[in-house]
Amino acid sequence: MSLGPHLLLAIMEGTVSAFVLAVTALGLSLVFGVMRIVNVAHGEFFMLGAVLAWWLTSLVPEAPFWGFMLALAVAPLLVGTIAIVADRFVLQRLNYQPEATIVATIGLLYILQQAVLSIYGPEARPVVAPINFRIVLPWFGYSGYKLVVVGAAILLLLAAWYGVTRTRFGLIMRATQFDGEIAQAFGIPVKRVYAAVFALGAMLAAAAGVLVVPLQQAHYLMGLDPLLLSFVVVIIGGLDSLKGTIVAAFIIGLSDGIISVFFSPTLAKIIATLAVALVLVFRPNGLFGGKVR
Amino acid sequence: MTPALRARRILLLHGGLALLLLLCQFVLPDYHHTNFVSIMVLAVYALGYNLLVGYTGLLSLGHAMFFAAGLYGAGMGVHYFAWNPVVAFIAGAAAGLFLAVLVGLVALRTSGVAFMIVTMMFAQAAFLTTLYFNDVTHGDEGLTLTQAARSFALFGTVIDLTNPAIRYNLAWLLLAGALAVMLLVVLSPAGRVLIAIRENEERTRMLGYDVRRYKLAALGVSGLLSGAAGAAYVLFFGYVGSSFAAIPYSIYPLLWVLLGGVGTVAGPVIGTLLMFYLIEIARDYSSSYMIVVGAILLVLVLFFPKGIIGSWRARGQGWIP
Amino acid sequence: MNQKTPRSGAKKSLITRRSAIKTIGAASALGLAPGYVRYAQAQTSEPLKLGFQLHSTGIGAAYGRWYDRTTQAAVKLINAAGGIAGRQVEIVTEDDGTDPKRGAEVVEKFASQHKVDLVFGTLFSHVVIGSAPRAGELKMPYFVVSEGYHVASGALNRYVFQPGITDVRSQVSSMAPWIAGNLGKKVTMIFPDYAFGHDHRDFFTAAIEKQGGSIAALLPIPPTETSYTKYFPQIPAETEVIYHVMVGPGVLTFVKEMGEHFGSQRPQIFGFIDSLEAVDLASPGLEFLDGTYFWEAFPRYAGANQSAEDKFYREHVGVDGNGASTADAKDISTFSHMFGCWETLYVIKQAIEASGYQGPADKAKLIEATEALTSFAAGNEHPQGDKLFDGKRHQCYGHQFISKVEGNKLNVVHKTSIEDGQYENDTDYTKQSL
Repeated sequence: MSLGPHLLLAIMEGTVSAFVLAVTALGLSLVFGVMRIVNVAHGEFFMLGAVLAWWLTSLVPEAPFWGFMLALAVAPLLVGTIAIVADRFVLQRLNYQPEATIVATIGLLYILQQAVLSIYGPEARPVVAPINFRIVLPWFGYSGYKLVVVGAAILLLLAAWYGVTRTRFGLIMRATQFDGEIAQAFGIPVKRVYAAVFALGAMLAAAAGVLVVPLQQAHYLMGLDPLLLSFVVVIIGGLDSLKGTIVAAFIIGLSDGIISVFFSPTLAKIIATLAVALVLVFRPNGLFGGKVR
Repeated sequence: MTPALRARRILLLHGGLALLLLLCQFVLPDYHHTNFVSIMVLAVYALGYNLLVGYTGLLSLGHAMFFAAGLYGAGMGVHYFAWNPVVAFIAGAAAGLFLAVLVGLVALRTSGVAFMIVTMMFAQAAFLTTLYFNDVTHGDEGLTLTQAARSFALFGTVIDLTNPAIRYNLAWLLLAGALAVMLLVVLSPAGRVLIAIRENEERTRMLGYDVRRYKLAALGVSGLLSGAAGAAYVLFFGYVGSSFAAIPYSIYPLLWVLLGGVGTVAGPVIGTLLMFYLIEIARDYSSSYMIVVGAILLVLVLFFPKGIIGSWRARGQGWIP
Repeated sequence: MNQKTPRSGAKKSLITRRSAIKTIGAASALGLAPGYVRYAQAQTSEPLKLGFQLHSTGIGAAYGRWYDRTTQAAVKLINAAGGIAGRQVEIVTEDDGTDPKRGAEVVEKFASQHKVDLVFGTLFSHVVIGSAPRAGELKMPYFVVSEGYHVASGALNRYVFQPGITDVRSQVSSMAPWIAGNLGKKVTMIFPDYAFGHDHRDFFTAAIEKQGGSIAALLPIPPTETSYTKYFPQIPAETEVIYHVMVGPGVLTFVKEMGEHFGSQRPQIFGFIDSLEAVDLASPGLEFLDGTYFWEAFPRYAGANQSAEDKFYREHVGVDGNGASTADAKDISTFSHMFGCWETLYVIKQAIEASGYQGPADKAKLIEATEALTSFAAGNEHPQGDKLFDGKRHQCYGHQFISKVEGNKLNVVHKTSIEDGQYENDTDYTKQSL
């Protein structure tokens, strides 16, 4: 294939992964931004979304479209509930102390992953895409569902942006983010805000998992990649900047798509991880984030 | 408590622990005999990890890279250059030290959560590197060392590292040595500076100590012990593959140290032993045995943050180092 | 844990003394592991213990599930027919998580805790390569079902055998003439970037060049990959045949994305069924596979002229004529690999009975008896077909099949002869000491 179409395909692939990544990473970024904690179990929420999507779609085998809609609506809610339970019984008890929280979420990672292994099993299971068509370009064909994923991700990102900037809850959230103690003094139920934000972050990851599962398959080990990539995105984008997160998702998604077409994909991943470490060391607020409060 | 009494008690506790492990070889059935070799080697890794987290307050999520540096340093030396196992062991430990200093020069500019993420990212890059250089590391598949390559002559006698008795006693020697190093470091003036850094970094700096250098030294020794453990592991068991560099091997030492007691010398040894058998027992019941790792991490963080030895120390046994 | 039976004398005084003291201290040590069972030197009346190294979890899990079912079915039959050399067979299963490091530990556990007579059943080549040296050190007969070339290449040791499934080198060598003659000569290969894929790369390249063909491009896929579309542009336009082989949880994604990319304007496609083991051919997105070809070791779909042994085998394992579980038509088997467990167990039976094996002291006799085998006849014990066995290489060689996808089914279009898969090498494990 000549360079032009080759690049076009790389850009299309990069765009799709960028949007999925943006939704996943946004969840991580919200949680870090408001609660100041790093959730290592974030990838498992993504995986749970995918696995629950398999389960929910298998309940209505005769109507894959409605089964998928059911999954898209219900899976994030279930995952959000799990997150609220985790927040109430683990994170709250630790008083959101950053280091203890990381260790606890590592524990949560293994508990969720291994629970899925024992209940759902070690197999990779497919989920039928709700809309299945193939786009034919002169040089190659492309999955139409991937464009649906992009559309759905845009809607989710818009909804998140609206929620954060234009609603009362968003205002409360930003106030809590700005200073938890002062917010408390003004009568904001900080604990409940935290629980809601943690659930919201988990739901975004789960929604991304549901969207992706027709492209991949639901598998108990699928949470690791989105976790690491979300770290990369959130760190490069700035730890509490929503805009930065989305811009970084595009940089990482597109560059991963393009670099790995021309170089080795493993090398691309090595470079990205090292870049993140260095950004964190030398520009702790990311390349796009604002200055520390 | 007088210093002499404290010294005697410290000697009794740690000497007793070491003696007990030495004597275990005479009563353990074959399978557990081999398990104890792993446990003692992994305990050295845990000790190295604890020096950083327990005495300097730096929580690393990427120690697998130092452990793997020891494994690959020693393993590839034997596999490709037919190094004598003694040389390979030294090379492996040195690889751990070298990598730790290198990482430290960059990562120690951060602390707290940022340090955790930075070390995790470096370790992930190291893991991917073992996959990327597939041609020499054989990635996932790994390298195996032949039985012949794992024996050497010392003063005219052949020492075969695949012999269970020799392997056990060498592993014990390594552990005893590491315990001694830890006690020396922790009880020395330098060790007290490290603890001061953990308790209050700002104040220590204002007292005129070069905090960065102490931290770098602690990370270096930590990497050295981790590398030594990795090197011993590959020489005793003859296999190195990329799964040793993967994330679980960064989580395990954290778990061992938390269970045994952060910032105690004996804790990591106890923690490694208990955790090894907890996982072993869980394996008999379910394929999803790693759930034990998750559950114990949660329980420790929530209800038992001091760990076993740490809780003992908190009950009026302040002499425990 | 009563070790009254005398061990190999006072040759190693340390060990013997240890065993003596062991009896005293054992009770305390026992408390450490609940799974610890009493053992003694196997007596002839006691069951024969076979350690089954299984990929229950990890990337090999889909294979593991079916390796287990096949093994249990074969053992049930063997025991019902009186066992092996009059002894019942007991299978001791340990999960290795499809991890080579754990694989070596599992072999150790079989030897020193379960005290099994031999170990069998490993599939993934990296696990075999990690475990085999330990088996050799422990002098533990190790019968793998992996199709890797590592056994016949001479890279492992005298204790490792692969008597139930043909190796990759032989498989790909026998495919090349048919591919060059029927599909095309310019081939692009897509394969996993580790040992198993490298065997495909090296031996298929050599085999197709021998047929006057050439390799247009090589596309190694890293083992951590989850999305494949970005690799397809690297397939050169002059490619006449795409040769693909993929393993692990991502196989369905791989094949689907290949279909989306090419649609109907595709070159010829020839795949190893590994790319679709445990995957339903009727899965949405796989329609484009219609008219493509697959290598199969054992045809998944029972054709019109199904043999009696094929019928017998499917019935006992619980597989229907479409290669799916009789309990769940959606549960597709790994039909082209799992027969290896069944056949390996019957080879073990044959070798043990020929050697007069009584217990672990007779392991050398067992190895030599296995090496003395030369061929296996088709039948209920070898449902995949007749095979030759090379005692020097510790490897068997059988027929291979090429099937065409037609209407969501695989129909056999070609069956190779055993000679098609012959190659030269000078491996001779019998020269190694025991």
